[in-house]
Amino acid sequence: MDNSCLIKAENISIQFGDRQVLQNVSLTVKQGQVLTLIGPNGAGKTTLVRIILGLLKPQSGHLEKPKNLRIGYMPQKLHVEATMPITVRRFLELARHKSSAPISEILEEVQITHLMNHQLRSISGGEMQRVLLARALSQQPQLLVLDEPAQGVDVSGQAELYQLINDIRARHNCGVLMISHDLHLVMAKTDEVVCLNHHICCHGRPEQVSVDPSYLALFGKKEAKNLAVYTHNHNHHHDLTGEVVEHKHD
Amino acid sequence: MTDFIIKALIAGLCIAFVAGPLGSFVVWRRMSYFGDTLAHSSLLGIAIGILMDINLQIAVIASSVFFAGLLIVLERNKTLSTDTLLGILAHGTLAFGMLILSLSNTVQINLMGYLFGDLLTIGTQDLWWIGACSALVAALLLKYWNGLLAVTVHEELAKVEGVPVGKLHALMVLMVALLIAVSMKIIGVLLITSLLIIPPAAARKLAQTPEQMALGASLVGGLSVCGGLLLSYFWDTPAGPSIVVTACCFFVLSYLVPALFTNKN
Repeated sequence: MDNSCLIKAENISIQFGDRQVLQNVSLTVKQGQVLTLIGPNGAGKTTLVRIILGLLKPQSGHLEKPKNLRIGYMPQKLHVEATMPITVRRFLELARHKSSAPISEILEEVQITHLMNHQLRSISGGEMQRVLLARALSQQPQLLVLDEPAQGVDVSGQAELYQLINDIRARHNCGVLMISHDLHLVMAKTDEVVCLNHHICCHGRPEQVSVDPSYLALFGKKEAKNLAVYTHNHNHHHDLTGEVVEHKHD
Repeated sequence: MTDFIIKALIAGLCIAFVAGPLGSFVVWRRMSYFGDTLAHSSLLGIAIGILMDINLQIAVIASSVFFAGLLIVLERNKTLSTDTLLGILAHGTLAFGMLILSLSNTVQINLMGYLFGDLLTIGTQDLWWIGACSALVAALLLKYWNGLLAVTVHEELAKVEGVPVGKLHALMVLMVALLIAVSMKIIGVLLITSLLIIPPAAARKLAQTPEQMALGASLVGGLSVCGGLLLSYFWDTPAGPSIVVTACCFFVLSYLVPALFTNKN
């Protein structure tokens, strides 16, 4: 395993009951690289991420990561119990180490300094995603793992959030493993795309193709440069049960 | 004031002080039914203790810890939903305990005292048990506070960040078991969890941070013990219900008073 390699997963398989959720999935994430996992609902994306995080054990396959790899994890969403009074600051303090940057600095990086003393339950969905990103950053991560980071964020907020993630990647030179459905927003900044549907359908560099005028109008020029469409050429399709069916050539 | 009420007061305050922060976790983690189950199972501990003629306090602690461990193991295996599991254990152990007690005619025991608490029964030895166990739980809470809180807010996030989630969960359950076991005599099997739930619920309204809620709950719990014991002393009411009724009054006040203020403005 070379030095810049953060995650090396080989032939990961897992089954829940009779359902084969992941089948021989292999991927690597390197330092400074952005890998985006795409795929339909129920394709096993979150399961794969949970295995990589060590929250779930694969039934077969091999997972290699450097010792003491610092991971910043941003879960899909955070449910705060109504009975739990907690401010943004206290929430971030929960994850602090001796070497973490001051909380005000981290909040500044994700541009939510003004929320420091707000109750976690009172902030909006978009603000919450930034708080979660701040929590991931407090780990001084070598690898950021983001599970649908823009979930519950409005359209213009999504572009800003992905821009922020891109800035963070550049500044900290960390690897990023991300699940995303917002293809038009993430593709231009992604080094590698993995299309997952229980197995890896295809993977590789995304193609930067065109810029849709309506997106241009919506996001402005800066973001528009980041937009691209990823065309992926399947050599097979799936039947209703998810089984692979080779294309017929007649 | 007589000796016994001072003993009961000291014991009650020790328990209330620790029950504040511990009960806050029970509220945040939705473990109240869990606490009930452990409390009910301690009656089985009493019954077995009487049957085998061993120190009752030790018998209760042992059975409480045993059932706490059993619950942790059964929860991990997930064969039944936790809710169902707790229901079976809670009522099964309570019924089994009552059955054993009614069959053993050798000792006349004060069943009402165990069910609802009796401050007349607090002796010097009980006071030592309560003091030592409260101090132990308080020390553990202080030492692992941040980790316990991290696990409570988001378990998976805490796990990725390197917090020993499984161990802390087990610790939490054992602490609840221990506190319930020692406070049974004063509050009673059937009402014990209310001292874990009601004071934190009353403190919730005014708290901005988890620490404020925990300490506020200790305060409300302490005041409820004082009020309840006074009620019990002067009107000869049972100790457990008196304390719980006082706590309920604080809870209602915590919701009514802020509401009245906002209406005036």
